[in-house]
Amino acid sequence: MRISRAIAIMIAALVVAGARPAAAADSIDPDADFKAFRDYFTKLFPNVPLNDFVNGPYSMDADLRKQWQAIDDFPPYDFAIDRGKEMFGTPFKNGKSYGDCFADKGIGVRQNYPYFDLKTGEVITLELALNRCREANGEEPYSYVKDEMASLTAYMAFTSRGKPFDIKIPNDPRALAAYQKGEEYFYARRGQLNFSCASCHVQNPGNHIRTEVLAPALGIVAAMPIYRSEWNGMGTMSRRLVTCNSQVRGVPLKPQDELYRDVEYYLSYMSNGLPISGPGARP
Amino acid sequence: MRGRTAQSTALFVAAVVAVVLFAGAGASAQALPGQVLSGQVLAFDRSKGNCLTCHDIKGGDAPGNVGPALADMKARFPDRKELAAIVFDETRRNPQTVMPPFGRNLILTDGEIEAIVDFLYTR
Repeated sequence: MRISRAIAIMIAALVVAGARPAAAADSIDPDADFKAFRDYFTKLFPNVPLNDFVNGPYSMDADLRKQWQAIDDFPPYDFAIDRGKEMFGTPFKNGKSYGDCFADKGIGVRQNYPYFDLKTGEVITLELALNRCREANGEEPYSYVKDEMASLTAYMAFTSRGKPFDIKIPNDPRALAAYQKGEEYFYARRGQLNFSCASCHVQNPGNHIRTEVLAPALGIVAAMPIYRSEWNGMGTMSRRLVTCNSQVRGVPLKPQDELYRDVEYYLSYMSNGLPISGPGARP
Repeated sequence: MRGRTAQSTALFVAAVVAVVLFAGAGASAQALPGQVLSGQVLAFDRSKGNCLTCHDIKGGDAPGNVGPALADMKARFPDRKELAAIVFDETRRNPQTVMPPFGRNLILTDGEIEAIVDFLYTR
């Protein structure tokens, strides 16, 4: 057990489910959270370069990194990038295409997602934006947990590699509320196993559950979507959240539920400044 | 929870037999209704104790290291009630622990916890 884990425990203790009164809205301070969050991880792992946290378990474990580097000449997500590129370049039936729905034609923009939409008052993730783009152009939305969505986001991440996360929280009480809900969900215990997201990814990064190395929460969203050998395929951010909830024997929300989007908003804000590394490969 | 200090040896024999009979077939605890399930089977089964996910235990493969190694258990926990209470709900003693409350959340029955304590006393 590491002594410095106590800091994470203090962070967690502040936001234990229900323990943080809703009336304390004026105490929401994303900048202070950001600093405490980053300081916690960089002090816990003083030898891990900041930008290496986006490589998840490989930043924590030398043996695992070697195995990863051995396969990285022919990464298992390549097919998804190729497929995503082809899908991205293929016009819808109305002649428009994905690029028409995004700034800079959708190239190199992944680091700006999720963002808070002041018009609709909600968090817009990349996956949600892609399906809304499809629907606005008369196409059926894709499943959030299957290969089509993973291919599209893999391509968009690939064109954004190295660009630092640039998540903004506009000065609007609705945006702050979304951030806070995401933060609370992240630290709240749930499921028969009584784990929060933070139980593994804040309290125990680098530790092993059986042979698996737990990834640090700092930078964890930068590698999405990921090819997981355990899944024998690609997984979206939605798939990751749903399976995490199932693994703790909790009841998953629907993919892209508002709360899941808030969690992604919180986590992405915590990763501001770290480079997009997706698509990623994980055991 | 009932005490069974005198039965640990017998239960360990049962554990070995059960492991030989069932572990190779990958049987889960639920698949064996009415059987006396051994503490070791319960401790290693992923749907039950699943202790190896976080703890090193002699005789188990590929353990995790989130929690401490489970060795010298009898010396470390001479009061078996204390050990059983940790398995039942360690959050009572340490609210920040990540150890699941196996008894409180009905993952293990009191009898299953006692069998696991018997097994742990052999480590």
